[in-house]
Amino acid sequence: MRKVSAGKIQAVVSRLAIEANISLRKDVLRALKMAYSKEKAPRAKKILKALIENAAIASSERIPICQDTGMATVFLEVGQNVLITGGDLSKTINSGIAGGYKKGFLRKSVVIDPLLRVNTKDNTPAVIHTKIVPGGKIKITVAPKGFGSENKSLTNMFKPTDGADKIERFILEAVKKAGPDACPPYIIGVGIGGTLDKACILAKEALLRRIDKRNPRRHIAIMEKGLLKKINRLNIGPMGLGGKATCLGLNIEVYPTHIAGLPVCVGISCHATRSATAVI
Amino acid sequence: MRAGDEALLSGYLYTARDQTHIRLLKDIGRKTLPIDLRGQTIYYAGPTPAPFGKIIGSCGPTTSGRMDAFTPALLKAGIRAMIGKGRRSEEVRRAIRKYKAVYFLTIAGAGAYLSKKIVEARPVLYKDLGTEAVYRLKVKDFPVIVGIDSRGRSLY
Repeated sequence: MRKVSAGKIQAVVSRLAIEANISLRKDVLRALKMAYSKEKAPRAKKILKALIENAAIASSERIPICQDTGMATVFLEVGQNVLITGGDLSKTINSGIAGGYKKGFLRKSVVIDPLLRVNTKDNTPAVIHTKIVPGGKIKITVAPKGFGSENKSLTNMFKPTDGADKIERFILEAVKKAGPDACPPYIIGVGIGGTLDKACILAKEALLRRIDKRNPRRHIAIMEKGLLKKINRLNIGPMGLGGKATCLGLNIEVYPTHIAGLPVCVGISCHATRSATAVI
Repeated sequence: MRAGDEALLSGYLYTARDQTHIRLLKDIGRKTLPIDLRGQTIYYAGPTPAPFGKIIGSCGPTTSGRMDAFTPALLKAGIRAMIGKGRRSEEVRRAIRKYKAVYFLTIAGAGAYLSKKIVEARPVLYKDLGTEAVYRLKVKDFPVIVGIDSRGRSLY
């Protein structure tokens, strides 16, 4: 058994929460710069330029890329040979989030009850997904997501006979519905398969993959590329004011599913799609 | 100003978002609002806390559509302009025309960039709401695009 202290995990979570919110992911920044060089519409170009400048200001001044520093989703991959000492794991993660949001001057946007709506004042609790994996390490990813885009995400339970065309139409509809509201150019994470809950988690996980990396399954990679092209012909553009750059990247994750079903979740994310990962 | 025009705003804005709108309307109804918002501009925003030595943290626009249900009443109460991101309802568009107001868009998701255009920030109302408190912001050369003009013409 390899021992890892709760204190160490807490410190790492805290650092990742700040890092994710202040430094725009390299793959996303590259895609923004690429979109800027390809864009022809003057207004779209001007907005993309401001977004690139925004990322530079955030990282040099150590202030968040976006004021909506999100609700934090934490993905844990805990090696089965790890023994966590000195604390409860969920409490440790939440203490890390609370510490990071305080230390990093991040916004506290979480309310304790969805109907009573009283702010918890430390941005906890996080939503935590834990996988037990072989080995003796812990991989931690903190992915804060703003709700401007979270609000535009959609789920649908298709018939097993519906096939790829109907799924593609649904994804395109989801993007059109989000329109200018959820900070385009978007990054889209799609989950296909599993159960209702699994499809939603897959959609979130899809957002963690580098947007220049395609799904290893060939037919899914083709679907990713095809959809990205179609979305970028919608002329939504930066801020929804027209242009080529409607979507910077689209990732699909899949999972086996039931003979009677075909769950699909479309996770819409903004141009400030954030995540940071560390391995202990 | 026509829908689509770009401008740089300098002067004062008041932030207000979801819970703030509920409170503002209650206070306006009871005539207990301690500040005069007539002729003022509302910015749909909830900033991040100011780090030491800074005026404000990140401060970009939030989705305006969530405030649609409250907007006609605020316009009736004398709000002159709003700044946010995204589409508005048909009711809001008509109310903007009726009260000769204006809806501006600003750069969505550029909170760090926009924070550099803010020269003063002070919470003035509902401070218990934290980031949702009303902040009085003094801005200089704050970039906006007219989303809906006073004649009800919309950019979207």
